[in-house]
Amino acid sequence: MLTFVCRRLLSTIPVMLFIALFVFSLLYLAPGDPAALIAGDQASQTEIDAIRVTLGLDQPFYIRFVGWLGHALRGDLGISIFSQLPVTTLIGQRLEPTLSLMLLTVIISVCIAVPMGVLAAANQGRWIDRAVMAIAVFGFSVPVFVVGYLLSWVFAIRLNLLPVQGYTPLAEGFAPFLANLILPAIALSCVYIALIARITRTSMIDVLSQDYIRTARAKGLGQGPVLFIHALKNASVPIVTVIGIGIALLIGGAVVTETVFAIPGVGRLVVDAILRRDYPVIQGVVLLFSVAYVLINLAIDLLYTVLDPRVRY
Amino acid sequence: MKLHLLVASFLAASVAFAGAASAESILRIKPSGDVKALDPMLGSDSMARNYGYMVYDTLFALDADLKIQPQMVEKWATSSDGKIYTFTLRDGLKFSDGAPITAKDVISSLKRWSVNDSLGQQMMTNGATFVEVDNRTFTLSLSKPWGLVLDALGKAGAPVPFIMPARVADATPPTTPVTDYTGSGPFMFLAKEWVPGAKLAFVRNPNYTPRAEPASGLAGGKTAKMDRVEWVIIPDQQTALDALGKGEIDINEDLSADLIPLAKETKGVTVAKQDDIGVAQQIRLNTIKPPFNNVKIREALLYAVNGDDFLAAVISDPSLGKACKSFYTCSSPYHTEAGFPSPDLETAKKMVAESGYDGTPAVLLDATENANIHAFVTVADQLLQEIGIKTKVEAMDWATVTSRRASKEPVDAGGWSIFISGPGGLDFLEPVGHLGLRSNCEKAWFGWPCDADIEAMRASFADLTNLDERKALAEKIQLRALQTVPYIPIATQYQIRTYRNDLSGLLTPPAPVYWNVERK
Repeated sequence: MLTFVCRRLLSTIPVMLFIALFVFSLLYLAPGDPAALIAGDQASQTEIDAIRVTLGLDQPFYIRFVGWLGHALRGDLGISIFSQLPVTTLIGQRLEPTLSLMLLTVIISVCIAVPMGVLAAANQGRWIDRAVMAIAVFGFSVPVFVVGYLLSWVFAIRLNLLPVQGYTPLAEGFAPFLANLILPAIALSCVYIALIARITRTSMIDVLSQDYIRTARAKGLGQGPVLFIHALKNASVPIVTVIGIGIALLIGGAVVTETVFAIPGVGRLVVDAILRRDYPVIQGVVLLFSVAYVLINLAIDLLYTVLDPRVRY
Repeated sequence: MKLHLLVASFLAASVAFAGAASAESILRIKPSGDVKALDPMLGSDSMARNYGYMVYDTLFALDADLKIQPQMVEKWATSSDGKIYTFTLRDGLKFSDGAPITAKDVISSLKRWSVNDSLGQQMMTNGATFVEVDNRTFTLSLSKPWGLVLDALGKAGAPVPFIMPARVADATPPTTPVTDYTGSGPFMFLAKEWVPGAKLAFVRNPNYTPRAEPASGLAGGKTAKMDRVEWVIIPDQQTALDALGKGEIDINEDLSADLIPLAKETKGVTVAKQDDIGVAQQIRLNTIKPPFNNVKIREALLYAVNGDDFLAAVISDPSLGKACKSFYTCSSPYHTEAGFPSPDLETAKKMVAESGYDGTPAVLLDATENANIHAFVTVADQLLQEIGIKTKVEAMDWATVTSRRASKEPVDAGGWSIFISGPGGLDFLEPVGHLGLRSNCEKAWFGWPCDADIEAMRASFADLTNLDERKALAEKIQLRALQTVPYIPIATQYQIRTYRNDLSGLLTPPAPVYWNVERK
């Protein structure tokens, strides 16, 4: 197991290097000049050039990449071109809102989607199954921002129960923290619920046709224990896999949700950075997302051994 | 029952939280953009300028009638030959860290500012030298009289000559943002609470001494009546309007035109113009490459463009924009419509036909994320086609426009023909600081118009002190510009501010400021 973990962690290094090089190349090729944006509309080309030199943007590609990589390997992701703050500080400021949003989304999604999928599988072909699948299609089809505006209109504007926008750190109290996050998390959950519910249903249908389920029922076990104790555990490997893969979906959704609900998270940080061509910030955030994605998938691989004792590394 | 109790406690906790937060008087504002770099002297970014007015003070400032008034200066005198200015600072001025503001700080700040500002550069070209006389007094000596000294020191267009400590101004090159935010203005910036792209917070500067006069424009008594001001960056306009309606924010600086009807129906909210100067919407032409290197085609555009048609594409309320036919903004004292042709599409078509146009397509840079620019580009595209000019619209974001417009290549090699922009009207008030009329070839704004006559007249404008003489020269410059056509003015468009009805004391200067504001 330890060897497997070490091997997987080591194998992420070339992946990270490739991602870093790929992102750096894309940014280098992309048009746009942060110096022009800093200088403002009135600036002459001479003034813009002077800022470019100061920021080191006039350096060739390889010098900038090697310099950035050298610092990144030491844990220094560079300095934001605009704010002049370290990228690690900027990411640190934005991490709590995004992690909170994603965690709450996962909790809501799993709590709703798994029972929905189990119910649909247990009632295959009946109206419950069709209703669950209709909800799943709706979740897949309606864009996150539409759901977001709709929720905001109902619960924040019409019913005046929750705030429209913003984020309150957990340190300032759980109630305001939750009040700010609940609507965005529900909006972001829609597509995730659809995804998990569908895979749960499929996986459960497969498991429910197995002999040992028939045996369990023959021994007199009720529907609840059969579904949630015997079947669900064995159906959970693909479900957990989809939850892990869906994190990428969440990252993309968080960018939109954070914009609609004005949450100062990492998603908005990277969008702003792209619009301004703040290269160090873009590189830092993409690298962070990549590391997170690789580690989540590693964690899921390890979880397989818990869920299915037959799996060995 | 348990669920009911849980919801009730949750809401009670939320209300308690809101109550606790309101003990301090807080003004929450959604600014018109985000501050890219916290240094108002670095360039002409208007958000950095707005930040500057919170944190720094100026020697002179424009009042509500756009007249220059002393601000940090107590008194000043000019030598009989007009070459030496002596300034004395008000007594007791302090920086936000409590240190006294001295002549040395002022001189260092002005030197740093002058590197990036066109008026500052002209002042230095006129041999400006600063000498510290004592802690509160300094002189500015020029090699020849220059009539724009006070206009330069009191200018409100970015970069503004704000005063910062000498230790900061001397140690930070004018191309590098400052990292020490010690200021001279009515508010202090809270660097520890800064979340770039999300939130900026300010508190009242206890060391600031306002002038005794009432606040007027950017001048007069800058009394911070709120304990704390927060700039909350809300990227989505609909969310910002909803937040304003619910009282989560107090002011939205720049409402999108399509939301104005909705804002007017929102309870407890006032919709008003941000100021009377607005932005100078214009079609900027690349005058050095085909097709617009042909002055006849540029002239044809003067006949083709009808500002009202462009405004109709973005606003339904005619009071929010004005198609005044002038190179100077509608509110400028030099505004004149002399020589400007009335829109006439047939004449424009005829002029293009007679111009020898070779069929080179006009490349329009379309910053699609900006609804206003995108609408204007669409109208311009149709108009150009109607008068017989081939077009090619290239969609991109504003950041790409800002780098692409620097290209001097032909249109088939990555160049451009037209971009549409709306710089602040402050930069279009008079000929010297005029961004669009500059015709000094490669040093001019993108498009690089080149005309020695305009440059000579702009330079001599600075030597005049009489308003009537200045007006006459401004008109002459316009008449010449109608022959060279450096760009096509579209209209003055006003920024729309929405705010909660319980606020009072809001000022309407050309830069949004938040001293003097209080809750009724």
